[in-house]
Amino acid sequence: MSGQTEPFTFDDISETAIAAAIAKYPAGKQASAVMPLLHIAQRQMERAAGSAWVPRAAMDAVAARLGMAPVRVYEIATFYLMYNTKPVGKFHLQVCTTTPCWLRGSDDIVAACKKATGIAQFGETSADGLFTMTEVECLGACVNAPILQINDDYYEDLDTARTEALLAALKSGAPAPPPGSTIGRHASAPLTGQTALRSPSQATQNAE
Amino acid sequence: MLNDSDRIYQNLYGAGDWHLPGARARGDYADIGQILARGRDTIIEEVKASGMRGRGGAGFPTGMKWSFMPKQSDGRPSYLVVNADESEPGTCKDRDIIRNEPHKLVEGSLIAGFAMGAHTGFIYIRGEYFNEAARLQTAIDEAYAAGLLGPDAAGTGWAFDLVLHRGAGAYICGEESALLESLEGKKGMPRMKPPFPAAMGLYGCPTTVNNVETIAGIPTILRRGAAWFSGLGRPKNSGTKIFCISGHVNRPCNVEEELGIPLRELIETHAGGVRGGWDNLQAIIPGGASMPILNKTMCETQLMDFDSLSAVRSGLGSGAVIVMDQSADVVKAIWRLSKFFKHESCGQCTPCREGTGWMMRMMDRIVQNQASMADIALLEQVCAQVAGHTICAFGDAAAWPIQGLFRALRPLVESRAVDYQPALAAA
Repeated sequence: MSGQTEPFTFDDISETAIAAAIAKYPAGKQASAVMPLLHIAQRQMERAAGSAWVPRAAMDAVAARLGMAPVRVYEIATFYLMYNTKPVGKFHLQVCTTTPCWLRGSDDIVAACKKATGIAQFGETSADGLFTMTEVECLGACVNAPILQINDDYYEDLDTARTEALLAALKSGAPAPPPGSTIGRHASAPLTGQTALRSPSQATQNAE
Repeated sequence: MLNDSDRIYQNLYGAGDWHLPGARARGDYADIGQILARGRDTIIEEVKASGMRGRGGAGFPTGMKWSFMPKQSDGRPSYLVVNADESEPGTCKDRDIIRNEPHKLVEGSLIAGFAMGAHTGFIYIRGEYFNEAARLQTAIDEAYAAGLLGPDAAGTGWAFDLVLHRGAGAYICGEESALLESLEGKKGMPRMKPPFPAAMGLYGCPTTVNNVETIAGIPTILRRGAAWFSGLGRPKNSGTKIFCISGHVNRPCNVEEELGIPLRELIETHAGGVRGGWDNLQAIIPGGASMPILNKTMCETQLMDFDSLSAVRSGLGSGAVIVMDQSADVVKAIWRLSKFFKHESCGQCTPCREGTGWMMRMMDRIVQNQASMADIALLEQVCAQVAGHTICAFGDAAAWPIQGLFRALRPLVESRAVDYQPALAAA
């Protein structure tokens, strides 16, 4: 899975997205589109190669498209954590271990991920190539801690058993379980005994 | 407890429809034409009179910030930038606004843009909020389709475009000038001030950066009146605020409450109380990772607003309340924050780039019972040498949790150090 020497050309889906991205910024300020274009390139790699990462050739293609020096694109791709500069597994397990998640048991989530995938430490990819595990900083869903982000989706309110079940489902090739709370909470509302926004008028008003 | 009728975010938990019809049913956009017809000066005066202070952490008066924008263009366009790069550990309030009340943010952006003379607004959302960004983009598209954004926004004659920009995982981009750098397609490294963004911000043009919760609250303030908003909360700390209650509570949650609510009441009313009861409480971080921690005694009577918290040398920050009970290793909890700051330092200023590593390693030694009393004194010195010596406030933010720990829980820290004998460790 090196891929660092493969040539890279934007496909049709990417081209459509690129045109829309560049059009968002004022004329002459197309450098603003460097982050969207790197996202687009990473998405194309996920589609084409099954691994969401940005090889050097893709960074060069972004630079050429935006009239930027390649080194400026490399700077961006390495400064921001979400651009993977190495191949990742089909499922990118991004475990939050920052204090709010840690207080709610993120160590257990890390352990469950290791056990289910055989990965020994952060940054590694499982032998079957399915999983890469990355330690991430606060994901901004702290009242639903602990959180495991898998590719684009947050799985919330986890514990060991539910993490193992989630990873087992992914391993089996079944469709990914729905993201969000794994204990049936509504967004950030308390699990039971909701104290705010309870009045009937509010419920009626909000009915779809 | 705040009445439901005084809550700005009636769909905070997503029980209702977040699309345009649902938003309209909750009153969004109802009289947007009349609001803009008041004129930009009146709107700014009303926002000033409401006492709204920035909800991102610094608590700067919003109306005053808007008034710094040029009244007459010198040929350069003005920009509104909404900071949706929510990354302060413990904070997850903007996420709820974005996914469940996105039209409040869209409408607030239009009003704010109009009030500061901006025809374009950018919303910079953290990259990890992928699903939230998709929903916000849908809401923006709905607003365009309904004529609420575009060349004649909401039929007011004001042209306003709203652009969503996704970040890619860098906490520092929540700092406003780093955010602007990032939006321009560069690494998120903060700028020296002055010039301030209102004079020279995005693309060198006058710019105001506001937090999501600040902007999304504006339409309701203008509808219900400045007096309604300033009648809630405490003097100079008016209005409501979304609190994020995480950690060792029975029912973690987000909740919109009045500023100035007692910390204990906030936790016991809405989050089911501290795990194991109030007496099992050890310490609380009251406003997101960078705000100094409070010990239990401080928590007993603490009010949750800007001025009450700065009076005890902490801060309201983003309103993220991180609770730790007696079972928590608080020193390790703060070490983890030091690790966070070390990871997220942009590396531009030497005191921060090097200092955050020092702080993390020295905190680690305290956690491991491998630090002496002299090491603790040295760590305090390092903190003092970082805070206030960097381009942006990140250096302060990295030092404060440690300094706060040393102030609030000194005996606990020292208990980790008293028995350590460096000579034995060396042997």
